[in-house]
Amino acid sequence: MPRMMPYIQAVGEALEQEMRRDPRVVAFGEDSIGGTGTDGPLGHAWGATKGLHEKVPGRVLDAPITEAAFVGAAVGAAATGLRPVVDLLFVDFIGVCFDQVLNQAAKLHYMSGGKAKVPLVLRAMYGAGMRRGAQHSQALYPLVTHVPGLEVVVPSNAYDAKGLLTQAIRDDDPVVFFEHKMLAFVPGEVPEEPYAIPFGQAATVRSGSDCTVVAIGRMVSFAVQAAEQLAAEGIDCEVIDPRTLSPLDEPTIFASVERTGRLVVADEATPRCGAAADIAALVAQHRFEALRAGVRMVTPPHAPQPFSPTLEDAFVPGAGQIAAAVRATLGTSSGDQGVIVASRSSEATIAP
Amino acid sequence: MSAPALRPVAEPSPVELDADEAVRIYRVMRTIREFEERLHTEFGTEEIPGVVHLYAGQEAVAAGVAAHLRPDDYVSSTHRGHGHAIATGCDLTGMMLEIYGRAGGLCRGKGGSMHITDFDRGMLGANGIAGGGVPMACGAALSAKVRGTGQIAVAFLGDGAANQGAVAESLNLAAVWQLPVVFVVEDNGYAQSTGTRFHLRGIDVARRAYGFGLPGVTVDGTDVLAVRKAFGTAAERARSGGGPTLLSCRAGRYFGHMEGWDRQGYRAPGEVDRLRSADCIDRFAGQVLDAGLLDPARLAAVDATAAAEVEAAVQAAKAAPDPDPDELVTDVYVSYPDYPSYPPHPAHPSYRDGAAGAGPEG
Repeated sequence: MPRMMPYIQAVGEALEQEMRRDPRVVAFGEDSIGGTGTDGPLGHAWGATKGLHEKVPGRVLDAPITEAAFVGAAVGAAATGLRPVVDLLFVDFIGVCFDQVLNQAAKLHYMSGGKAKVPLVLRAMYGAGMRRGAQHSQALYPLVTHVPGLEVVVPSNAYDAKGLLTQAIRDDDPVVFFEHKMLAFVPGEVPEEPYAIPFGQAATVRSGSDCTVVAIGRMVSFAVQAAEQLAAEGIDCEVIDPRTLSPLDEPTIFASVERTGRLVVADEATPRCGAAADIAALVAQHRFEALRAGVRMVTPPHAPQPFSPTLEDAFVPGAGQIAAAVRATLGTSSGDQGVIVASRSSEATIAP
Repeated sequence: MSAPALRPVAEPSPVELDADEAVRIYRVMRTIREFEERLHTEFGTEEIPGVVHLYAGQEAVAAGVAAHLRPDDYVSSTHRGHGHAIATGCDLTGMMLEIYGRAGGLCRGKGGSMHITDFDRGMLGANGIAGGGVPMACGAALSAKVRGTGQIAVAFLGDGAANQGAVAESLNLAAVWQLPVVFVVEDNGYAQSTGTRFHLRGIDVARRAYGFGLPGVTVDGTDVLAVRKAFGTAAERARSGGGPTLLSCRAGRYFGHMEGWDRQGYRAPGEVDRLRSADCIDRFAGQVLDAGLLDPARLAAVDATAAAEVEAAVQAAKAAPDPDPDELVTDVYVSYPDYPSYPPHPAHPSYRDGAAGAGPEG
């Protein structure tokens, strides 16, 4: 019988196993212990570090609500022999410590001429769906993918969450680890023994021959749903989950596009200078000859995340939009979804 | 916690050190001064790219702090970081090559004056962001505490950076976690060209430490013995598990905010002359001579050595070749040394192999 556990528990298991394996690993953030001084420690609202401080005493710390200080401290600790796993809670909070991420963590190895290493992991929840409004719902991975020196991880399921966090902790570069809050309690098969998934290796979630769908994070499950809908219509989609955006497994994406000739990128981040735009541009630049239709991005509108359930549900792309974008690349619909960013024939440049 | 002194001590500090340590302190100050005065001159040749922020006038702070550092202690520095780098033992020629942007520089041409870094010396880096290195020092202190090594970390910052949120956050974090860190504010009177009294309220930055439950001490930053003594107390406190201290050292800089830009119209007439008339190196030389600790010949020998070392560093930098273009794309990642930059850059090996435009995987 397969061993099932929720995504967030898989994150916690990877963290605990690595902390037991390697005494250099420390974990801190707001409420990482939680409820200190009370009878029942809260153990962090989401539970990934719940009870961990009792298993690895002295290496789990509560941090004050001062992200610049504790993320910066993680940089200094990482550069001097520890392997900190820092919990930012919501990725939206990166705004108050972005200097430490952008100018310190990302650049220390380079600016020191390779002498310094910064093996830290910055865990961060992201994504819409929990009615938290514009400051607690963003998908900010493009912001950090843009920065050389950072690695960016976007697990789409519990198995990957454990394997990728294990790799992130063992990795010698700074990693920003994005955990989608709508996936937190979605169970998946997770082996008990520790395992690491190498970065830069995309997963081909579903093989197909008509259209490549590259989907990021929570969009992977929607892309699979779309592929199942389309299969009933005789359209055969290949779904690729890049798993890490930096490094990005370009060869797997390019090879798929060479076979299918079509590309749809499904991304929960806003579209301008986003992950979808980046992947679309890479394919347009390097595999233009293989394309038989314009590349399409399926993203939210270029707007902040709204609060009202009706508005938020309309904001997040779904399986229906992904399916429509695939049909559009095949010329089987009017193409009312997605944005054409590259094509080789005038026929395919009809405005959506 | 006893109430710390709020004002610089007016009376001269007693000379409580032996001749060897006196020579070490004098050598650090003299070398920094020689290095910085020479950079000021050489900047006029237009061979030095970008800008440099000179430390001349503040040498007693770096030297007084370094007097109590172990070789494995950590220092996070500021944009005005040459003095800290020299005090922690960074190689002068490596620094000079880096400042000139030449091959063989301490940071392989990727740091420059504002990012001099040498992890072999515990020098965590000069920093282009005011206050940016302060949280990092807290992290190094956390690392020392978790590993139980007895190391301490020093966070240098200026009076300008003292107003940064990250600095206030760091003071609180260090207090909450009881970290072995000493915050050393170098109050040189200006945040760039804005005088301290126009950018910092509360009269004395050391007093801000009280708000975090930490000792805050102000010393005359031109008196190396006073700095050494105050820092020694703070370092001992940190090393023995007593937690952080904030030390504010007042010492004016002799040059502008940076070379090549600052006409220093904000200075009062004769201000630099007055600063130079109370020079920290002259003062220390007088103290050790008066105490009979060293003789003039010994000091002159140190002067000559410092001048020769800086001269050699400058000549090495002027003669050195430019860095290999390959350096552009190395040391971006530890784990992915070959991770491509795209579109392929002329510096990337794949470009020279004729693979440009073919995509990162060839």
